[in-house]
Parts: sequence; structure tokens; C-alpha cells
Amino acid sequence: MEAQVQVQSRAAQSSVPLLAVEDLHVRFETSRGVVRAVEGVSYTVNRGEVVAVVGESGCGKSVSALTIMRLLAKTGRVTHGRIMLEGRNLLELSEDDMRAVRGHEISMIFQEPMTSLNPVLSIGAQIMEPLLIHLKMTEEEARARALELMQQVGITDGERRLSQYPHQLSGGMRQRVMIAIGLACKPKLIIADEPTTALDVTIQAQILELMKNLSRELGIALVIITHNLGIVARYADRVNVMYAANIIEKGSADDIFLQPAHPYTNGLMRSVPRLDEPRGTKLQTIEGLPPDLRMPPEGCRFAARCPHKLEKCLKPIELIDLGKGHEARCHRVDEIMSGALKVEFPSGPAVTSQAHIGDKPILEVTNLKKYFGVKAAGAGIFSNEMATVRAVDDVSFAIAPGETLGLVGESGCGKTTVGRVVLRLDEATGGTIKFSGTDVTHHSGREMRGVRRKIQVIFQDPYSSLNPRMTIGEIIAEPLKVYGIVPDKKARAARVGELLTQVGLFPYMAERYPHELSGGQRQRVGIARALALEPELIVCDEPVSALDVSIQGQVINLLEDLQTRLGLTFLFIAHDLAVVRHISDRVAVMYLGRIMELADRDEIYKRPLHPYTKALLDAAPIPDPRIERARAPRALRGEIPSPLTPPSGCVFHTRCPIALDVCKQKVPEARDMSKGHLVACHRAEEIQRGEVLQGA
Amino acid sequence: MLLYTLKRLLLTIPTLIGVAILVFFMLRIVPGDIVEVKLRADGGNVTEEVMQQERERLGLNRPLYVQFADYMWGLARFDLGISMWTERPVIEEIMIRLELSLEVAILATIFATLISIPLGTAAALFRNTWIDYVVRILTIGGLSIPSFWFGMIISLSLLSLFNWLPPITFTPIYEDPVANLSQLIWPALAVGYRYCAVTARMIRSSLLEVLAEDYIRTARAKGVYEKLVVSRHALRNALLPAITVMGLEFAFLIGGLVVTEQVFNLNGIGQLFVQSVSRNDFMLIQGMVIMIAGFYVIINLVVDLLYAVFDPRIRYGS
Repeated sequence: MEAQVQVQSRAAQSSVPLLAVEDLHVRFETSRGVVRAVEGVSYTVNRGEVVAVVGESGCGKSVSALTIMRLLAKTGRVTHGRIMLEGRNLLELSEDDMRAVRGHEISMIFQEPMTSLNPVLSIGAQIMEPLLIHLKMTEEEARARALELMQQVGITDGERRLSQYPHQLSGGMRQRVMIAIGLACKPKLIIADEPTTALDVTIQAQILELMKNLSRELGIALVIITHNLGIVARYADRVNVMYAANIIEKGSADDIFLQPAHPYTNGLMRSVPRLDEPRGTKLQTIEGLPPDLRMPPEGCRFAARCPHKLEKCLKPIELIDLGKGHEARCHRVDEIMSGALKVEFPSGPAVTSQAHIGDKPILEVTNLKKYFGVKAAGAGIFSNEMATVRAVDDVSFAIAPGETLGLVGESGCGKTTVGRVVLRLDEATGGTIKFSGTDVTHHSGREMRGVRRKIQVIFQDPYSSLNPRMTIGEIIAEPLKVYGIVPDKKARAARVGELLTQVGLFPYMAERYPHELSGGQRQRVGIARALALEPELIVCDEPVSALDVSIQGQVINLLEDLQTRLGLTFLFIAHDLAVVRHISDRVAVMYLGRIMELADRDEIYKRPLHPYTKALLDAAPIPDPRIERARAPRALRGEIPSPLTPPSGCVFHTRCPIALDVCKQKVPEARDMSKGHLVACHRAEEIQRGEVLQGA
Repeated sequence: MLLYTLKRLLLTIPTLIGVAILVFFMLRIVPGDIVEVKLRADGGNVTEEVMQQERERLGLNRPLYVQFADYMWGLARFDLGISMWTERPVIEEIMIRLELSLEVAILATIFATLISIPLGTAAALFRNTWIDYVVRILTIGGLSIPSFWFGMIISLSLLSLFNWLPPITFTPIYEDPVANLSQLIWPALAVGYRYCAVTARMIRSSLLEVLAEDYIRTARAKGVYEKLVVSRHALRNALLPAITVMGLEFAFLIGGLVVTEQVFNLNGIGQLFVQSVSRNDFMLIQGMVIMIAGFYVIINLVVDLLYAVFDPRIRYGS
């Protein structure tokens, strides 16, 4: 024991890093072969430092993190490498010694706060558990410490929360509890695996701010694993970019974001729409898919997708030192760094969709209301007491032909419900929906048939929205058959092939089943299915949010191309402000069932006049460390109230930094501030004149 | 919760009334005459006159609605009527046998719970090892071997190995526990095997599902001892579906042990059921159906209440 303490203190004195992952190799035995999930990954984490591991799904970032904790699934095996925590190789510890490290010296925070807490144990019990186990505290001591932790992570009524259960807490609150558990034993290192991916933008900002502050105050090192480059720019000191089981570039945040060396890093940054980019830029996209990790290519793993690959790229390559800790795994890195080679990815022809926007609206929604009745929380089985969820409350907007209206908001704001009511999948409670001048609000099923052809939908989840037992061809041909558009079987097959080509797939894929395609390909199938009926309006419900960043760019570009070529109109529903800004002509911001602000895309992003829009823009991270550092941390306080009990007056007043008494009493009317810039805020004029909320 | 329980108990009343109406009329539709069975089954030459007299005595000649009203009025006073065969109150006939049947059911439940939880847990934890295979073979056996056959095997082995057979007369457990158990432990074992197999398989599969949950990974990441991960974090979640199965099995055991009771020569509810049906003893059949329906309803309520105990997400009433 004493020897161990000495080793530790010596380690602390010297410049030995807190954690060193050295040449880690992890393999998974699956029924379809050995997957080399992590190959030769090395990185270090110093005390109190924030290190990011960035990459797309399947690149091995989470696997390498779980390996540090030795929590790999049974099929996973470390074949080579060391994981040194202050001079001790974690891979050589006995199972019980390793258990003592978990939660005590290293904690881990997981992605899904909704499922990461045990539903049958109280919050208190779950926070106190590591204290009782590792620090051998008594029940009272642990309780006191748990209260202190709750305070630390920003949960105010800790006493009450301790006896509650996870289902009684919101997602953001649960993630705070997860952080409290992680902090409990004052660990030296916290590994956060996509800690905010499942959270809304404003809550994400709160949680990241909290983690960064705690890590600074308590000197805890933080490893953030994420796919979101914006988060990395704001919070990380050093960044490791992973691709196909390798680290392909590492360096300081400034290195990575301002002088990216590897073509993949370059491509990753350009395929994400950014809030700070000039308008009208077409996204550059990385074509193709990452390699199969059961048989990765011998040479550079990115070569197959790289626009600048040469003969020599087929030869193996190690990380090349570029000085000051900046390293990259690319044969042409010298050319790139010297500026001799400019990394460019294909982006397709530039689009100016504004040109042919008609002036008569194709879709006109007026005072739309959708209320859901749910059983009141306290009602027993005999009671018919109902509570009303005002999912959509008095929403009006119009879309011109050829235009894209972006509908943006956090979860539960009613944006998806608007889409469903427009599609007539849900019946409107009030208001009218006019399509091409005809009121279709109460059309019967038969009357809708003709209209349905003209309004199609693309869903969020390409995994669950395609029937697994139908081939791609059958899925796309189905609407053609149902509507009798192409009754001839042969002609139908030809049309399917045509549609597949149109969305960038190959006709032979018609024979495949959904599970044989990647997420991006499936989403393309979803788009082809929507296009089959030659619709005029497509409701896109979060069409890219389930996709990886490099794939996201491809799908966004495809949607834009199709719009120009086919003159489509989009109602584009999303939570990602940057994506919406990129694709939309006009943008509507929703909060708790109401539209807060609706304006031209450039107008709303440049001159937001609603405090909520301002807060959303503030909270959205931008992948540029210089901009991020200059921004004041301004996380919106509080949580989104329940739509069962929306606040009186302006629904936003409970979280608004400039709310007045009038905001609590009167629902603000949407007013035209200038050229169709609609704002529903009592203080919009003051904001416009710059009297309040300045500098935001 | 108390309010909820009360409400649920009140709800059993319309359920049981429904059952009573249904069984009353169904029995009257089905052909069969108790008097016929009673007086002529042995081949005796009974005159039509005597038969009619007997029908009159039993009230069978009255109009159907009068019989029905009479019956329902009795039910309202918790009076299930009088057995048409033995002429003793139906409640009494049931009660003398219920004690035995209930005890077998409870013993089987205890046996099944004690065995199935560790068995199912071990199978899940050591999935795809020899332990799992052994458990799976044992439980498949439990599902496929009929209880009465297993009961016969038990009886025969006792006889051939120890030259001993369990006693035939029922002694209540509070009078002589040894005599009582030496009679009832065998049928309990025979039916408990199946019971245990069903629950063990349920626990295995639901535990496997729970062990793959995110919160189990969280528990491990906290450095919780593996034993605690299983007992505290996983098992509590995994028991919920098992409780439902156990409830249904238990309710079944009360009225459904017809053949097993025969094998062990037990005078229980199952045997009474068979007798009353073969004798066309309407009153007794009605009484038993209502009683068993009542048991099902109550056990379902208990299961629902147990759910709330195990899962804080389920809270009734308040």
C-alpha cells in the first residue's frame, strides 16, 4: 500500500500524464468476423485538462473509452496496448482492483440520461452508492455529501429530489444527477461519452458549462467523446480525431480547427453547416462510407473517400509529427500544411433556389391548434378527469411554392405535431390548412387522396421508418401501385430505378433490404419514396438528425439539388439551428406550441428579435475556438415547462431574462417588425432599438 | 394506494356478477339433469312420478327467472346455496377442500420461487455456458412433462425406494405439520416443477434483457460490486414480468389440479369440480366457478399491487 502511494506521488511530481492510452488495439469477435474496432490508438490526458475524442459512429471512440473503464462487452478483447493511470496499467489490475478504480478514480458519464439511471432506485440511493462503497461513508455522511453534490450540479431542491425516482426528472436533470454520481468520489478523471447528444440545445449549453466549470474548479480531467465539432471547439484543450479505428489527427483545439492537417478533418468541418458561414454556401461533402472494420484497407484508411489521394496513399501510414503536439496521419500532410495543396471536397453546382419562388402560397396554415387529451396525472381509474396538452397553439404560417420554411425548436415544442397535422395524420383541433388555395382541414379520406399525392413526408429515423421485410424496390414502388400511377409492373421497376438514381443510389439496390444499407442510404430511400408520387410539398421531419455529420452534408445537398431540379417546396422541421439556417429561405422558431419568431433566414439569424431566438443562437456551439472563446457563457436558465401546464401569458416568460409583469399576464401577439419579420414578444421594439439584451 | 385497492375491490363485484349470470345460464342451456343422474344412473327403475317429486323438492321445476332471482338473492347474502347432491351448503363443501388446495398452491409457489430465482439468475449470468444449458434442459423438462405423470413417478419412486407412500387422509397443518407436509409436499413438488420451470425461464430472459440496459453499465462504471449489480440493480427490474407469470400460475393451481389430485388421491377443489360436473350439480358448479373467478380477480389485484412495490414508476390512485 505504502509503496503504491509512493509510486503515485512520484508520478504526480514528474510530468507523467494522468492517463496514457498507449497503442491500444481492441477486437470484437462477431458471428460475421473479427471487427478491429480500435487499432493503435494512443493519447494522453494531463491533470485538469479537457481532451476531446471526435469521430463519427463506428470509428472506435466509445470503444476506446469503455476499454479505459474495462467495461467492454464480453465479445470485446484488448489484443495489445497499455492504459496507464498514474503509472499503473489498468489492463493488468485484478477485477476487484479495477472495480475500486471505477467511480472512485475514474468516473464515466453516458449519453442517454433517460436510460442510464436505474428506474427502480431513488436518486438519493444512486448518488450515495459510490460514496458508501468507495469511501466507506456512513449513511448520514453519504446523504450530506449527496446534498452537497446536488447543489454543485445545480439542482436546487436537493432534499426533495433525493427521494424521487428517475422518471420524475427531466432529461437535463437526469444528466445532472449522472454528473453528480460521477463527481461523488472526487475522481481524477471523468470520461463523458456524448454527454449532451440526447439533450436540447439550451440544456446542452447548461450541462457543458457545468462540466467545464466543475472540471476547472475541482481540477478534474475530462475526456469528452463526441461527434459534435462545435462542442469540441468550445470546451476542449486538446482534440483527437478518430476515423476507422485510428486516430488520424491530434493537436490543440486551435490546431485542429484553424489549421486542420488531415483531409478528413477538413472535410468534417466543411460538411457541417455553420451559423457563422456566409449565406448560400454549398456544403462540401465527403462521398462514400467509412471502410468495413472487419477488413480495413492496408494503406491510408481515408484514401477511398479522399479527393486528393495518390498512388502512395495505398501504403500504410503512421501519425506524422507537425510540431507542438500536432500530428496527422496523411501522406500529403506536408503539402497541405505548406499550403501547396488546398483540400477541397466536391460540393455540386451552387444553388440559388430563391429565383423561382412563387408568390401565391402553396400551403397556408392559419391559427392552427392541436390539443391532445391525456388522463390527468392524479386521476384514478374511475375518473374521467382529462388534462389538455396544447401541442400546437395558434400557429400561422404560409409557404410559397419552391420555398423552404424551416421550423425549429427544442423537443416538445410542437414542431413535429405541426408536420403531422399538415399531413393530416392528426386531426386539427382548430384553425385551417389550405393547400393550393383549397381548405383541406376537414377533407374526408377520399377527398384527401388527391391531396396526399401532392404532400409527402420524409421521416427522421431511417432505421425504423422502412419496413424491414420489404425490398427497397417494393418500398419505393408501393405508392406508385397504390395510386395507380404506374400500373405496369415493368414500367414501375424502371421508374424505381430512375428514382434511385435521382437520389444518388444505384438501380440494382432495388433488390436489397433496408438492413443491407447504411443510415445515409436508407434516408435516400426515404427521399426516393417521397419523390415517387411527384409531390409539390414535402414535410421533412428531422431528416438528417439521425445521421453522421459527413452523411448529413450529403443528404442536405441532395435535398437542395432536388428542390432546384423539381421545384419542390419543403417544410423543414429540425432542432439544429445551423442545418435549418443552411437549407431554409424563411425560419419559424417554435416554443411550447407557439411560434415565437418568423422571418427571413438572414434576418432572423442576424437580427433575432425574440429573447428565445437569441438564447437558442447563443447556446448553439460554433466549430471555431476563437469565436467560442469570445462568446460569453450565456446558458438559458431553467427547463422547458411541461406543455400540460404551460405558463400564463407569454409561454417563455419563466425562462426569459427580460420578462416583465405584462409577460406573465398577456399572450403577446405576433407583430410585423419589418418586412414580414414576425415577433411574438412584448418587448420586441425595445430589443429592436437595442435597449435591452444588447450584444447578444 | 389504499383508495386504489378499495376501488379495485369494488370492481370485483360487477365482474363476479357477470360471471354468475354467465355460468347460471350456460349451465341451464347445456343438457343434463341431476335428478336423472341421482336416481336412474345406477339403473334403478324409478317412476316418472318420483322423479318429478324430486325435481320439485330441489326447486328445478320453477320458472327459470324465479330460480335465477332466487340464486342472485342468495349471492347478495353471500349464500351460494345448497349442493343438490349432498344437500349440504355449497360453501361448506368448498371450504373443506379449499384448505388443502390452497396449501398445495402455496407450497408449490414457495418451492417455485425458492428454486426459480437462483436458477434463472444463474442461467442468465452464465449464459451459453454449461450452467445455462443444464438450467435450460431442466426447465424445458418442467414445461414438457405433465404434472400428473411426474406425480406418478414421485409416488412410484417413494414406494419402490422407501417402501413408503404418503398418507391419504388430510391433516390440517396446525394440527400435525409433519403429517400434513408428508402428504402435501409431493403434489406440491409435482406441480411446482412446471411452475418453477415457467418462472425460471421468465427470469432468465428478462434478466438478460435488463443486464444489457444502460443503467447496469452505469452501476458497473460506479464501481458497484458485481454481486450488488445483479441483486440490487438488475434483479429488481427483472422480477416484474416474473411476478405476472407467478400470479397466473398460482390462480391456476387453485382450481386446475384435477388430474394431479387424482394421482395423489387428494380430496381437493379439482376433484370436487370433476364430481360436481359429472353429477350435474348446478349449485356446486356455480359456486366453484364464482369462487375461482374471485381468486383470479384478487390475485390479479395482488400482482398489480406488487408491481407498484417493485417499480416506483407505477403508482396508483394518488
